[in-house]
Formats: sequence, structure tokens, C-alpha cells
Amino acid sequence: MSNKNKKSPIIFELSQPGRIAKSLQPHIADNIDLPTHTLRQTAPLLPEISELQAVRHFTRLSQRNFSIDTQFYPLGSCTMKYNPRGVHRLASLEGFLQHHPLSLEEDSQGFMACAYELQEILKEITGMHAVSLTPMAGAQGEFAGVAMIRAYHQAKGDTARDEILVPDAAHGTNPASAVQCGFKVREIPTDAQGNVNIQELQKAVGPKTAGIMLTNPSTLGVFEKNILDIALIIHQCGGLLYYDGANFNAIIGKIRPSDMGFDVMHLNLHKTFATPHGGGGPGAGPVAVNARLAPYLPIPMVAKENQHYRWLTEQDRPQTIGRLSTFMGNAGIILRAYLYARLLGREGMQRVAEFATLNANYLLTRLKAAGFTAAFPQRRATHEFIITLKNEAKTLHITALDVAKRLLDYGFHSPTMYFPLLVPECLLIEPTETEAKETLDMFADTLIAIMKEAETQPELLKQAPHTLPVRRLDEVKAARELDLVYDVTRGA
Amino acid sequence: MPFIPHTPANIKTMLDTIGVNQINDLFNEIPTELTQSSQPQPSRHISSGLTEMELALLMQARAKQDAGRLCFIGAGAYEHYIPAAVWDIATRGEFMTAYTPYQAEASQGLLQLFYEYQTMMASLMAMEISNASLYDGASALAEAVLMAVRLSANKQSVILMPTTIHPHYCQTVRTIVEQQHLTLHDVAYDKATGKVTAASLSTLESATALVIPQPNFFGVLEEVDALTDWAHQHNILVIAVTNPIAMALLKPPGQWGQQGADIACGDGQALGIPLASGGPYYGFLCTRKKFARQMPGRIIGRTTDLEGKPGFVLTLQAREQHIRRAKATSNICTNQGLMVTASTIYMSLLGPEGLRRVALASHQNTRLLCEQLRTIPGIQLLFPSHYFHEIAIQFATPVEEILQNLAKKHIQAGFSLKKAYPELGNALLICATETKTAENIALFVDTLKECLREHDYVE
Repeated sequence: MSNKNKKSPIIFELSQPGRIAKSLQPHIADNIDLPTHTLRQTAPLLPEISELQAVRHFTRLSQRNFSIDTQFYPLGSCTMKYNPRGVHRLASLEGFLQHHPLSLEEDSQGFMACAYELQEILKEITGMHAVSLTPMAGAQGEFAGVAMIRAYHQAKGDTARDEILVPDAAHGTNPASAVQCGFKVREIPTDAQGNVNIQELQKAVGPKTAGIMLTNPSTLGVFEKNILDIALIIHQCGGLLYYDGANFNAIIGKIRPSDMGFDVMHLNLHKTFATPHGGGGPGAGPVAVNARLAPYLPIPMVAKENQHYRWLTEQDRPQTIGRLSTFMGNAGIILRAYLYARLLGREGMQRVAEFATLNANYLLTRLKAAGFTAAFPQRRATHEFIITLKNEAKTLHITALDVAKRLLDYGFHSPTMYFPLLVPECLLIEPTETEAKETLDMFADTLIAIMKEAETQPELLKQAPHTLPVRRLDEVKAARELDLVYDVTRGA
Repeated sequence: MPFIPHTPANIKTMLDTIGVNQINDLFNEIPTELTQSSQPQPSRHISSGLTEMELALLMQARAKQDAGRLCFIGAGAYEHYIPAAVWDIATRGEFMTAYTPYQAEASQGLLQLFYEYQTMMASLMAMEISNASLYDGASALAEAVLMAVRLSANKQSVILMPTTIHPHYCQTVRTIVEQQHLTLHDVAYDKATGKVTAASLSTLESATALVIPQPNFFGVLEEVDALTDWAHQHNILVIAVTNPIAMALLKPPGQWGQQGADIACGDGQALGIPLASGGPYYGFLCTRKKFARQMPGRIIGRTTDLEGKPGFVLTLQAREQHIRRAKATSNICTNQGLMVTASTIYMSLLGPEGLRRVALASHQNTRLLCEQLRTIPGIQLLFPSHYFHEIAIQFATPVEEILQNLAKKHIQAGFSLKKAYPELGNALLICATETKTAENIALFVDTLKECLREHDYVE
């Protein structure tokens, strides 16, 4: 991002009445047979610009952006690993892009073969019994999973179970998804070592417990050591275990959620399976379940019968929780995840977890050696770890936000800040397996240099960033004086 | 070792630094019974890794299986011409491999683009504001319904759902809102016209919201002004579900009736997103400014930096799950940013006139197709109403056979209405967008005639 001082006009400021990209206009006949009262009377505010102006405008906007392709992006819990170009190219073959979702099965066998095989791959690496690929993001996978837990209890006539337990370190989507499914949420505290507090859990479980939602490794960057005890406690009281697959990159190919006692889970294909995050999506959040929850999986799914792939719909699966999208979720992301899985193969998947963990532990070791405080110093890092700047906040009066913004000046995307909420002034750092040692060293050296700046020139941090297209932005003003659309009459 | 850059020397240095002998030692906090039970039995479904070239051969063969059809299916996913520049720019790594713009200063490109998108989409719908996208059209309608419930003081919410809404949208809404103590009330369409009449709503005056599709699933134009005014007379919120291309030609939701719709949503796919087996697409949602705090999903706002320069941020985050957790307006986190990027480029390239022409050319091609189909004996247009770019056609013969026979000639004749609307008999929903030439349409009609003749369905 070298364009610090270049202005970036809003696209409507480039617009000139009557300017059109002629070669993109389809031919039309003059007559309109629709009655006037059904027609639009005023043109929408869309830019009137040339093709070159559009290309240049959006290319320039792209240059005002950090991305994996241009920067190290250690955003904890988001698994910003390399998104292979080959995968993108092959998912963009004409036969896939031009394929209508409501085509006959005979016209869809190529895509359906890929979807079916991905279902089988995900079954094997999770140890689960059945998979539905349709949820369009992790949060929708969570919704589907919790809805299945509800359907399971209801089918048994077990209607008193109206509580979902969620550790206080969980992703915000967990409680939000549980509420959207009609459950009450009960938070379970974390102990000093970053594990679920077992005593508190035991107090919380009972005849109202429908289930628990857990991430393992947890969002604290440590492995939940008591997982088998937790599974026992929950199952003994008649509840089910939901696995939030956000951190699956840490264990893929090493251990299986089914062996930990989980009944239902989702995977974030845009994390573990390297599909592009796209500036905030699309993602995909397939759900996997054990045998007792299989009847409730969302539709559609793909079956293989006599070398023919077939859609499974409500007729085949009468107990399904139903449909979650117009067609079958983010099909193109499903295709990309399948391609990535085929490039990796079984051994490749195992190495993902190993090298993601190696990179995180190496970076943690280097930072600890330089005096940074790990949130859980006695614990191993998993694929990610937390540094807390609570001491520096006291002694140097700088915050995690200041460090994050200063990192941007050095060309690194910031780690996740202030999450999980229970660790003060924290940075959640996830390097992923695709980063080279040299990058990790540069990042560690930079953080060390920034802490030196904090001692000698703290203003450099507090005023950061200095080198980007804008300085620190006023978020309070943005929320208070809502400006969500461009107003031509007012201008820039 | 795909995409893992470590050399043996790197690994040794790193392990030495950490102070362990081997990588597996890093997993020693995991109970051993877990690591042992998961140890690879010979894999049944996951073969060894392929090279990119090997994978290319496999995928070219699979893509070819599904390629080369002449498509007249619409039903919620529409084939429009996508200018080359759209995806050339959208797939630049800087857009494609960024994440949600949490670090605003390092994401001004995407944030500005989303702000421009919000402006374009709101204006296309003639609404005051727009969010930065939801998953797809069906789930956007579910979110719109939940939003309407939040806006209403009524604890016993009833949502009026005409059966002329896409049946998959209705199913999705049902799945998503099922646990929310609200009633989805089906509203039947008029058998003669294929649309909903205000008269049929007369007993439903205590509802919370009325959903109005435009065009509706049959391609028919609903009486949006009358329906909107009826709803507002009874303090019922109006949720519009629209095709965004159509809104370049037809009266947009913000101008329906006296006051305009309260929420407008739908699928953005038609604006520059390929069919791609059904996704990823994106959902859009627009509303009145006064409802901003009940709107779900990411919203971008313009503000200033500490030097007073304009810039963009994610705003109203206090509605969202990462702040409000169990009390959030929605559980949505990741949305469909890349699709919005493509759509914004698409709308910018076409401009207001180009988009209107795409809409009008689609309508005119469908009219041409309709006129030619109606000359075939045994075929009739189900609803003699005004339509946009889809028509429901009834046959005297089983539609399954028609679809299969035309498929043999690589023509996708349409979407069968039999499952969702058994009362319509052998009916197909057929769509011709601007991508269909006069020759394509003639080929479809001739092949259909031939197929009907061969199978003695005619004369």
C-alpha cells in the first residue's frame, strides 16, 4: 500500500451523465408492453463511467487493502492460510460456473461427484456418521447443529431441555446461534489454566441441559484437557456435545471430534480448507453428525446409487430440520474445499495440523523469550496462542489496539484483538502452516521493535497507523452520525 | 507437503528453539487415548495428494460432464452476461484473500467498495439504506422476517407469506424462524391471474408483516401498490422480495403505494454472479434509516480519521454477535463480501442505462419465446398477466418426459412446477434472459415441437 496520500474519489464523483460503456449494453427493441404504473420512473444512482474508469477505480481500491496475497495475516481464530490459485482456477471452469442449480441430475453429475466425495472426506476426518454441506458459513452451521439438537430432544419427547451451555471464551456466534434456535444460554467460566471449570459445569448441568457448544482447542489457544470428562458429564445428564470447528486446523488428521465425544459439529471450509475469505465471505459451514442425529441433517444432500449421484430431499429425509438456502449453500466454496482436500491427501492434512502447531509454538517461544506475557504460560500453544499486554498497559500506558495499529505500519495485518473477552489487552495470534520461518522471525522482530518504541516514543503507537491511506478512524462518530449511503446532493 | 514451506533445517531450528525433539511432542497435552484412536487406519475415502496438474485433468473431465447446455431455467438463479472486467478485478488477491475488514485502516479499499455497494443497492431499491450483504436470497428473507418481528411490538407475530414466493425461500424461512414463536401464514394466489389480491387478505388485518414478491415466482407482476397500501392501512410492515435486475425497469419497493415498502430483500446473483451450481450468491437487505439498528449483518459507515480525512469503518457493531453475543440481531458473522465486490463492479460497468437494457432485453426475449410457444398446440400460458422474464407454461403431456427429451438435445427447458404446485398439472417455469439470441429461442421452440411430435403428443 504505497498510495498513502493519493485521494480515492467515491465512484459517483467520477460519473458524467450520458457516459456509458457501449460494448456492454445489450440491444433492445423500443417498445415496452408493460403498463406505466408498473415501471420505474427515475433512474437509480449508479455510476455513469467508462470501462477504463471502472477498472482503474476498483483496481486502486484493491490496492488500499491488506490481504493474504500481500501481507502476513495472523488473525487468530480465522486461519488466514494461503488460498491456492490452482484451486480457484479449476473451480472456475466453464462447466462449473455455467451450471444451473436446478439442472436435472443427469446434467449435474460432475459437480455432484465432487460434493459427494467431499461429504465422504469430511466424514472420515471428523469420524462422524453423516455430513450435509449446505450451511453457508460457520454461524449457519452452528444454527443447523443446534436445531438438530433441538429436533433430537423433541423427537424423544424431552421438551424440558431449553438450555445450551457455552463457555465464556466461546465465539460470539455460539450464544447468538443458540438463541436463534430458541434456547436460553448459560455461560460456564474458564479456570486459571484455560480449561472449562469442571465444578461450575457440574453445577450447571441438569434436566434442562440440551447440550454444550465447545471449541477444542478453545479460543484461548489451548487444548481442552478435560474434554473426555466434559463429554461424560454432558452425556450422563442426557445432553449432547456440539463442536465448533473454527479451530479444526489445529487437529485435522491428528484426532477426531467423534473420539472426543462430540455428537454434532460444523467445519469452516474457509478456514481449514483454505477457501478464499473474500473480504468477509463467502464461507461454508458443513455440518457432520453421529448416527443418532443423522436423520435431522439439513437438505439437500448428495447420495450415490449405482454410479449415479442423486439429490436427497425432504421425501428421502422426512425428519430433516429443513432447507437453509435457496439451492445447496455456497456450492462454489464446497467445490474449492474438495479441490484443496484432493491436493493435500491424507498425509497432507495431517501435516497441516503439525506445521500450524509448530509455527504457533515457535512464534510463542520467541515472543516469550523477548519478554512478552503469554496468557497461559504453562500451556503449549495449539495452532494459535494469546499474548496479553496488561502489564505494558500499566507500565507504558499503551494498549493492544495501539500495538495492533502500529503493526499495520510495518506491513503486517494485526492479530485478533480483545478476543476472547476474558483476557485483558490480548492479541490472539494464528500464523498458520503456510508461513515460512523467515516471516515468523520478521513478525517477532517487529513486535519486539514496537515494544522498544513503546518505551522510547509511545506516541508512535498511540497515533498509529502513520503510513496507511487513513489515520485512526472515529468509530464513535460513524455510529452516532450514520452515513451509510452516498448523497449526491451533499457530495464528498 | 502442499503449501508448507519448511525445510528440514528450518524444522530442526524451530524445534530446538521450542525445546522439544519432534513435532509430535507439541501435541502432548492431548490425552493419549485420543491420539491413538485417531491414528490413520488405512484411509477409505482420502487418497494420496494430487499434483495441480493431476487435479486439473480430473476436474476438466468433471466440468465437461456438466457443460454445454442451452439453459432456459430461471427459478431464482439467472444467467446474465458478465463482462470480463467483473471477475478479473474481483479476483485480485487483494480483494479475494482479505477477511472481514476488522482493521479499518488496512481495509479502506473493501470498506469504500461496500459503501458504494450500499449506495447502489439502496438506490436500485429506492430505499434509504442497505446492509453489506447476507448469505443468499432465501436466508435474507428469513432475516427480514425476524427483523420485522423485532420492529413490531406484537408478541404473537403473524407473517403473511403468499404462495407466489419462491418455494425454496418459504422452506428456508420456515427452517430459520421456526423456533421464534411466530406464525407463517400462507396466502393463496388467484388461480386465474397467478397473483395475490388485496381482497384475499381481508381477514388477516392483525398480521405483523406481509411479504410481497416482485416479480413473483411465476414471473408475474404483483399488484404491489395495492398490496402495500392495504398493509400500511392496517399497520402491517411490508417486506419486498425482488429481483434486482428487474428493479432497473420496474417500480422499486421504496416507491410502492403511498409509503413504499419497509424492508426490501432478495438475491443479488443476477448482478454479475455466475450460476455456479447455486452459490455462492449473496442476499441483499435494504430498509428505512430509522430501522438501521434492527438491521442484521455488517454495515459500513463513512466517518473521519484523526486528521479529519474521510474514511470508512464497520459500524453499528453493537448489534452484532461478536459484541452482543446472545442478544445480537442475528448470528451472522461471515457474509458474502466477494460476491458484493463483483456485483458492485458489474453495476458500475453497466450503469443505470445498461442495467435497464439488460432488464428490458430479458423481458423482450421472454415475450418472444412466449409468443412462439403459444403457437404450439397443446401448450398454454398459465397466467395471462404481465410478467418480467419468466413464464409458467402448461403442457398436455408429462413435463418429466419433455425435460428429459430436450436434455438429450442439450437444452434445459425449464423448471418443473409439479412438486411445488401440483395443482398446476404439467407446468414448466421458463426463463429467457438477454443472453438468449433469436436463434437460441427458435432452436428451443423447434426442438420442443419436434419432441412433442415424435412422442405423438401433438395432433
